[in-house]
Amino acid sequence: MDEFTVSRIFINLLIAAKWTVILSLIAFIGGGIVGAAITLMRISSNKWLRGISWAYIEFFQGTPLLLQLFLAFFGLSVAFGINLSPLQAATLALTGFTSAFLADIWRGSIEALPQGQWEAGSAIGFGYFKQLQLIILPQAVRLSVAPTVGFLVQVIKGTSLASIIGFTELSRAATQINNVTLQSLLIFSLAGVIYFLLCYPLSTWSQHLERKLSYKT
Amino acid sequence: MSSFEPQINAASTATLGTEPIIVAKDVEKWYGNGFHVLKGVSLTVNKGEVVVLMGPSGSGKSTFIRTFNGLEPYQGGSIEIDGIAIAHDNKGIELVRREVGMVFQQFNLFPHLSVLKNITLGPIHLRGMSPSDAEELGMSLLDRVGISHQASKYPGQLSGGQQQRVAIARALAMRPKVMLFDEPTSALDPEMVREVLDVMRKLAESGMTMVCVTHEVGFAREVADRVIFLAEGHLLTDTTPDEFFNHPKDERVKKFLSQILH
Ligand SMILES: Nc1ncnc2c1ncn2[C@@H]1O[C@H](COP(=O)(O)OP(=O)(O)O)[C@@H](O)[C@H]1O
Ligand SMILES: [Mg+2]
Repeated sequence: MDEFTVSRIFINLLIAAKWTVILSLIAFIGGGIVGAAITLMRISSNKWLRGISWAYIEFFQGTPLLLQLFLAFFGLSVAFGINLSPLQAATLALTGFTSAFLADIWRGSIEALPQGQWEAGSAIGFGYFKQLQLIILPQAVRLSVAPTVGFLVQVIKGTSLASIIGFTELSRAATQINNVTLQSLLIFSLAGVIYFLLCYPLSTWSQHLERKLSYKT
Repeated sequence: MSSFEPQINAASTATLGTEPIIVAKDVEKWYGNGFHVLKGVSLTVNKGEVVVLMGPSGSGKSTFIRTFNGLEPYQGGSIEIDGIAIAHDNKGIELVRREVGMVFQQFNLFPHLSVLKNITLGPIHLRGMSPSDAEELGMSLLDRVGISHQASKYPGQLSGGQQQRVAIARALAMRPKVMLFDEPTSALDPEMVREVLDVMRKLAESGMTMVCVTHEVGFAREVADRVIFLAEGHLLTDTTPDEFFNHPKDERVKKFLSQILH
């Protein structure tokens, strides 16, 4: 059997971290796009759109991500004969999960703005989407940077749950290597370092963005 | 004459036009909770007139003037601004809104935009003005309200009085035919009230049609052509400032005056 040196363990973990990164990116992009749409539905004046988006958010926030991954992969197959690949299932579940939380954060930021901001825009003569674009979103984005990035950090860690449908991402790889080498402290410390390296730049970027978007008061 | 763009020339209080620009007839409004807030209110304002709207808190003053630019939908009666009807369902309201400027008690400036950008936003995006033309217009309006040196600052860096003057300039930038003021000085510290009233006075002198909800008695006496009194959703009196303040007949007006004049 091969000698498990520190560097070999680290390299193996890095290879597995590739999946952590891919799954995270899928969650960010899918969750961001769908989340934006759900946000617009949530603040719409149409009660059907509001109702549907409310139910969507309640479902994905009210059930564990683990269950969502499980349903997407096994559930759809058993119930409807829809057989998704692990990647498709992970995309579906991670997008649903992430979009629901992002939509809730973004709706909160928009609703935190004084009603007077909408009214001032209306009084000038702007229509709904111009108000959103020029007045509401620029302010809401600034409010939502910190909670959004905070949540994305949770998502990075949450991708470890995708191991249930067969992904050997960072956490899963650490567990497997540990089963063979039994060097728990070393392995999980290294895995921790990699998670940190993934998450830390996000936090720094968030602070930078907040500074950049801030305006003088 | 001040340097505000006159809407009609040489509009002195003695020779007001009689061309109606706001025609509200029997306006009825209920709020969503069933509260009957406007009970058949009628008001005609002619071009160049300054009308001050007074009344106890909760009498429906804000609600009434907010129906003039569709910020509040209404259910009965009719409202026309310069010949354009405001539909009960607010259809096509954006066209009316461009012609009606509004100044709020809380200023409602856009905090993420500089003072100048607050003013140029409407002209650029709704009037199709080029940014440089809009900036020129914005600077001249800031000059007229006396704060052109603050153009690149953000609203949060200004005093309340300065913010309210920017808000007036922002509304004027759309070159409105009518200006609505909803208690523009009520949120200000006493020492800032005058600078805002002075701007409003100059605007009135320039011939702008104005409807002002305000309890500033001095302003009403000196600037208003008419004083309207609203109580519990009814328009009780519509008269000259002299009649209103010096010879009130209605008991509710007397009671109200005794409260605001101490
Ligand atoms: N959105 C609303 N829903 C229900 N009632 C309202 C609403 N806005 C105002 N009102 C009520 O309508 C009445 C008139 O309000 P308003 O027009 O703001 O009065 P004013 O400006 O004269 O103080 C008040 O009794 C107020 O409580
Ligand atoms: Mg009011």
